[in-house]
Amino acid sequence: MKFKTFAAFVGPSVFMMILFIALPLVSVLIQSFQITQPVMERIEVETCTPGFLTQTCVTEIKTVPIIGDDGKTVTTTEWTGFESYRNVLQMDKFWAAISNGTPGEILQIDFWKALRFTLMFTLVTLPLVIGVGLLIALTVNNAVRAVRGPVIFISLLPFIITPVIGSLSIYWLFVGDGILTSMMERWSGQNISMFAQAWTVELLMYFYRVWHVAPFAFVIFYAGLQSVNMDTLESAVIDGASRFERLRHVVIPHLMPLIIFISLIHLMDCYRVFEEIVGFRAEAHVKSLQWLTYDFLRPDDAGNRAISRASASAMLTMIGIVFLLILPLRRTWRDHKGGSH
Amino acid sequence: MSATSKAMRQSLGLRLASGSFLVFWCILAAFPIFWITVMSFKSPVDAFADSPLDVIMGPVTRAGGNGLSIIDILLGGAVTFFALRWAFTRLPGLVARLSPPGLIVLGWLIGAAAYAVVFLTVFFGVLPLILGPLNAVLGPLGEPVLGLTTQHYVSVWRDNEFYRNFGNSMLVTAGVVTISLTVGTLAGYGLARSGSDLAFWLLILALIFRALPHSVLVAGYLPWFINSAEILRPIFGEISPTLYGQPWAVIAVLVSINQPFTIWMLRSFFQNIPSELDEAARVDGCSHFQAFRRVIMPVMWPGVITTGLFSFLLGYNDFLVTSLLLDAQNQTMVPAIAGYFNRETTTTDQVEAVAAAVSITAPLFLLVMVFQRQIVSGLTAGAVKG
Repeated sequence: MKFKTFAAFVGPSVFMMILFIALPLVSVLIQSFQITQPVMERIEVETCTPGFLTQTCVTEIKTVPIIGDDGKTVTTTEWTGFESYRNVLQMDKFWAAISNGTPGEILQIDFWKALRFTLMFTLVTLPLVIGVGLLIALTVNNAVRAVRGPVIFISLLPFIITPVIGSLSIYWLFVGDGILTSMMERWSGQNISMFAQAWTVELLMYFYRVWHVAPFAFVIFYAGLQSVNMDTLESAVIDGASRFERLRHVVIPHLMPLIIFISLIHLMDCYRVFEEIVGFRAEAHVKSLQWLTYDFLRPDDAGNRAISRASASAMLTMIGIVFLLILPLRRTWRDHKGGSH
Repeated sequence: MSATSKAMRQSLGLRLASGSFLVFWCILAAFPIFWITVMSFKSPVDAFADSPLDVIMGPVTRAGGNGLSIIDILLGGAVTFFALRWAFTRLPGLVARLSPPGLIVLGWLIGAAAYAVVFLTVFFGVLPLILGPLNAVLGPLGEPVLGLTTQHYVSVWRDNEFYRNFGNSMLVTAGVVTISLTVGTLAGYGLARSGSDLAFWLLILALIFRALPHSVLVAGYLPWFINSAEILRPIFGEISPTLYGQPWAVIAVLVSINQPFTIWMLRSFFQNIPSELDEAARVDGCSHFQAFRRVIMPVMWPGVITTGLFSFLLGYNDFLVTSLLLDAQNQTMVPAIAGYFNRETTTTDQVEAVAAAVSITAPLFLLVMVFQRQIVSGLTAGAVKG
């Protein structure tokens, strides 16, 4: 294909990606180094209240934003360097916590708290998703042909459901005296509230993510299982391999590329964990990196958005994703070089 | 597998274990969705009752005069069953016969809409008219046994004007699907047929873009979108729009976010189509673009439908982008539900939020039912090609 034709086909897509993905990234980088604030001025205000005989007048100095000719507040944009990063990272508190010998205090800083949760979340759910997905795939593969259709249908539901709604549906089972909470209370004889402390909320979030993503892993493993070489399996039986050994030495190696694929997708998706926090209303206990940026971007009570701090936390989030992707990308590059056409 | 040799056959214990795990998984997968559906039809006291039996039977709802008798359940079930069967057997033939050639998609849209209208009229209009006198005559069979009320749905859709959010959701998803597919098929085809290093790097770049958290991107747009009227004034003059809060601006953003995924997926579908096909078309005198349009696209429909489904899911399920970039009037369904949290002071509000959530889930349920095969094949196509 000539370059011109190639460009005509790919052009629109690349144009959109540059306009709406690459340029915003540049803009985020610039914003993270500068800060836009309304220009304030100090003016003397005299307020008088009616009093007995004479008015009571108080003169005070107030700081108010300057209103421009067009009726909007005048703003200035200053170059502040790494100020926003310092605000987000709070390194002084970080080092203070370490030098005090109380590293636990680091987790009181929002960014480090979010980083801790995001990484934990990714690493804890990854093996569970792969394990559960594989287990479902193996059992469905074992099952009679007639039940496979309905089982796949039911399995797809948790995967396809809107993530916010999915987490809400689990939230409602446990909130207050939801039926599962009251069932656990009856069993244990204790008063349980699942959303009052961080660790139970976190546990529910892990559960939700596995529930939501395991079907995705299942469908892919199930497709992979259809192409396992039957001859190899049978010769393994003749060699006396037990069912478990066959699984370990024949089936799993066959599925390895798919396991890597799912791990990669899971890594990307878990790193931007967000909807669970909305659904479980967990922001008081648990924060994720993406939530942190979202929170900065939401207008506060005065209607201001902390754009520069959001940009700084967005840049830090992005650096994390680059670290996560280096290994898989190097592998892809080597494959491309090796199998070059 | 039935054709396995004797050595491969499983012991009874293993079969039992694997069967019971499967049952357990199915319950686990379906239970939360099933349960919120049940809750949404009950009065607040029943919906949040301690005992599961009370939630299902709904004694308080029944006492409030909203109950179904055995006859109601039987007749309603029969109507639903036949409606479903008819939808899968007769409707496709009818649509195929009546829609003009080349406009099958439009035919399906009209057919499905008409079908929905007829079903709703029969189910909620005709059925109660028949059942009212029937229940009065039949004595014990006509006594209400199961509490069920649709009042939360009525208040969500009519009083809280959820139909506006529904309309916005439809607008955004329709836009995302159409533009994603138009731009994506072109790019997917170009990438699949070009073996150059540039194509490889574009795909890698797309992979990196796919990994980016959406909040990173939104942090980039937000200031530009809010101030866009002033920035665009030199180009468009006085009519320059403020992009913040506009559904079509959100469509553009979601399409771009979706592009990396779309081109990867469509590329793998295009690679499954032998390139001899377009080479033959080229020999016959077609240009690249003509070959793409006349020869490749007609065999690509399954791939396009599958990718369209995933684009639909992205646009429909998105919370972060729509909640940050749309203002309150133009909100889509998913962020609108977050509005219920702030109001959630009484249990009635909570059950209304549940009903709204079920309303959002219902179309997805239908989607899986109709397109299960495409979804599975789409997931696997992505996996096999990595």
